[in-house]
Formats: sequence, C-alpha cells, structure tokens
Amino acid sequence: MELMTPLFDIHRTSGGKIVPFAGYLLPVQYEEGLIFEHNAVRTKGGLFDVSHMGEVTFTGKDALTNVQKLLTNDCESMKVGQVRYSLMCNEDGGIVDDLLVYKLSEEAYMLVINAANRKKDVDWIKAHIAGEVDFRDVSDEFAQIALQGPKAQSIMISIGAKEELPEKYYCFKEKASVAGIPCLISRTGYTGEDGFEFYCSPSDAATLWQKLLEAGREFGLIPCGLGARDTLRLEAGMPLYGHEMTDAITPFEADLGAFVKMEKADFIGKGALLKGGIPKRMRVGLSLLDRGIARENSSIFCTNKEIGVVTSGTFAPYLGSAIAMALLDKYYATVGTVVEIDVRGKRLRAKVVKLPFYKRGQKV
Amino acid sequence: MNTIPKDLKYTKSHEWIRFIDETTVEIGITDFAQHALGDIVFVNLPQEGDSVAIMDVLADVESVKAVSDIYSPVAGTVIEINAELLDAPELLNKEPYEAWIVRIKDVEEIEETLDSEVYEKLTAEEA
Repeated sequence: MELMTPLFDIHRTSGGKIVPFAGYLLPVQYEEGLIFEHNAVRTKGGLFDVSHMGEVTFTGKDALTNVQKLLTNDCESMKVGQVRYSLMCNEDGGIVDDLLVYKLSEEAYMLVINAANRKKDVDWIKAHIAGEVDFRDVSDEFAQIALQGPKAQSIMISIGAKEELPEKYYCFKEKASVAGIPCLISRTGYTGEDGFEFYCSPSDAATLWQKLLEAGREFGLIPCGLGARDTLRLEAGMPLYGHEMTDAITPFEADLGAFVKMEKADFIGKGALLKGGIPKRMRVGLSLLDRGIARENSSIFCTNKEIGVVTSGTFAPYLGSAIAMALLDKYYATVGTVVEIDVRGKRLRAKVVKLPFYKRGQKV
Repeated sequence: MNTIPKDLKYTKSHEWIRFIDETTVEIGITDFAQHALGDIVFVNLPQEGDSVAIMDVLADVESVKAVSDIYSPVAGTVIEINAELLDAPELLNKEPYEAWIVRIKDVEEIEETLDSEVYEKLTAEEA
C-alpha cells in the first residue's frame, strides 16, 4: 500500500500525474510537463513536495560520538545551524545511504535520509548506536517542501520572511516561520539552484504550500513533480541513491571522496575503504554524441569490451542534450574518452565529460 | 485532452491512420499516446523507399521518461517522412493529429482498425 503525503489532495486537484515512488503516491509532473517545470526551476522557481524524505534524530551526551561513528564525513567541526552532506557506509565500505546532517544543538543532530532507505537506515542505526543517546525516527512528524530556483530568495522576501532566511548555503534556522507557519528553514536542495527546504508539521503543509505558490506566482513559481526533480539533479551532476550509490558501491567509486574523512577516528567502513585502495571503477558524466537517450542499466563498451554501466540517463532539458552518469572502468574514465553505449541493440557514442553538466550561473 | 478526430482510423497501440487516397496513408500517434509519453525529445524515422509489413517497427519516439516503438498498421512503401520532427519532436505533443510521422503508399494490407468512437472507449478504459 502506498502512503499519501499531506499534500496529496492538492497534487491531485491541481493536475498532478500521480505515481507510486518509494512507498508514497507523488506527482511525477503537472499539466505543463516535465521540461517546462525543469526550465522554470533553472530560470524562475519551482515548488516540490518532498514529504516522503525521512528524518531521524540523535539526542544526548553521546549524540556526536554516534554520528561520527556512523557517518563518513566529519561532524565534529560543525556549528549549530549548519548542514553537512555525508554518506553512511557498511562494514565493506558500500553506501548504506546518503544524507544531510543538521546540527540542532551541541547534543542533538537530525539526519535527513532517503525515503526508500528509511527502514534499512533505522535498523542499521539501531544496531550500531551505543552510549547515552536517544535515537528516534521522526519522519511522520514532518512534511517537507522545497522551493528552488533563482527567484527563491525574492519569493521569500515578498512573503515577508526575509529575517527568517539562513544567509549561507548549507545553513538552517530551526525555529523560523513563514506566513505564520512554524518551520525549520534550510538553504539546501537537490536541483543545483539556490533555494530553501521547509520542514513543518504535516497539518500545516497544505497552507504553507498554497502561501508559497501565491507569493511566488508573480515570479513565475510553479509546482514541480518528481520527473523534474530527477532531471534537475542529474543535470547538476548529483548522485541518487539506488543508481549511482548502492550497498555495493563505495564513496570513492561514486566520486564522493570529498565527503569521506579518512583522517578522522574510526567510522564504520573505514577499514574496508583503506584496504580497498584506489577503486577500479568510477562514476563519470557522459554526453551523448548520437541521437537518443542512454537509460539506466545500459551496458557501455569500448569496441567489444564491456567497460561499465549507465546508472542514470536522461534528456537534460536546460542543456538540450542527452546526458548520463555511469560507473566506468577507471582506465576509460578520463574526460574526452569516447565510449559506446548499447541502447536497445544500437550502439550510441558518448563522450566522458566533467561533472557537473550544469553549474548555477553558467551560460548555456 | 484534444477531441478524437472522426475522420481518422485508430489502432489499439495508439497510432492514427489518415487515408489520403485509397492506397496512400499518413500515420501518426494519438493525443492519448503523446500524453502518456510526456515531453517527446527524439524521433527516429525510417528511410524513404523502405517497404514495411504490418507490425514492423516504423519509427520510435523518445520522451524524457520513456521510449516507444511506432508499429506500422499497414503494409506498403514509405514515400515520405516528416523530417521536421527530427528538429521539432515537440510537435508530436503539441499537435498530435497534425504532426504525421510517415506517409505510406501502395498500401495492400491493413490491420484491423478502430473508428473514433471505439478508440475513444478504449482510451477511456485505459486512462
């Protein structure tokens, strides 16, 4: 059975095309369509229901010790009000999940985890926590809405929430309010644009959604679905769990070594990552040279040798071309290398390119 | 949704057929089909002069989310392809009943087609 977010009725009545995703019924797109929504986020603003995301908290004297042991990034240097991206690894160095860490206070941390991994993560964490810490899955206490795009800040100012905004990227304000609705506001997102994510009570979600849409109308803000969320993150070169990351892919293979602090004291997976040495395969960006889209799981060849697999592929609406991410044999993972992708029995040529495909403010 | 034109014939796989004369047809995809696919970004077309049999893959259309083969509902010879679609595939979304994909001549055989009322019922059931 699929769950409904607090915004389900709004999505349905406003023309959302509803699909099941990670156990929830969510809009994949609205009537204007994916490309229109994608480009709205790149040029104006888009509003996303991301209430399916999971939230868990660690509270107590040993909160930091536990977070440090579970995560690959270093959270010791975090200040209250900061957000940090991290991975959580298993003993073999494979990725259990990728997540955001919110430092709520010296003894309280919140992790925002992938909906599809919620149960796995909670079980994993429960099996590995120790000491004086209260661990809770608080996912059902929060709805989450993301406002993304170059007009996000102007929209927040026009709604009268200027004082409530975190000034820097990857910072948050815990006890903020928007149009009278209490929420946590964080300057984060999954689109490659500036923007804010709001965590509020499920009972307030519909009102917050409507108020944001009303305030954003004059700026060109529109509701966006999961389809645009996926093409936006892909165009911005951001990995997605279950695609570029799995339990059998290490952070180094996923080209996420910047979020693994090997110099910090022990964390789960460190031993295996040390022993693993330089990975044999690597996440790369591919730009298609022939017409067509390389989809997930397409095999990649150099002449007749299989050298990798596509992990995500799409048509990048803002760039106007087909792109993909892939796990490729390290030998071929150099920018400029031309490879062949098997797409429905046809070989399409693609070139290894630098990630991200799109960077904010970059002219196309 | 656009209304379903009365003067066309339809297939269960959501192609439409317009008879230009008794042995020449235009083939396209229906509004239902383009709606299900979403934003179309690539179209691959056959070559002029190709001979096709019923249920041969005539072309494929690819949207951001999916790719779909277009099957030939007739046997004949491709006389013209709508090359405009190569540069403007979104025409299939915008004007599904104007944006023909191929024209086929010397049509000898035709698969069982549906008239507009029957097709409308079919799509109502699938929606």
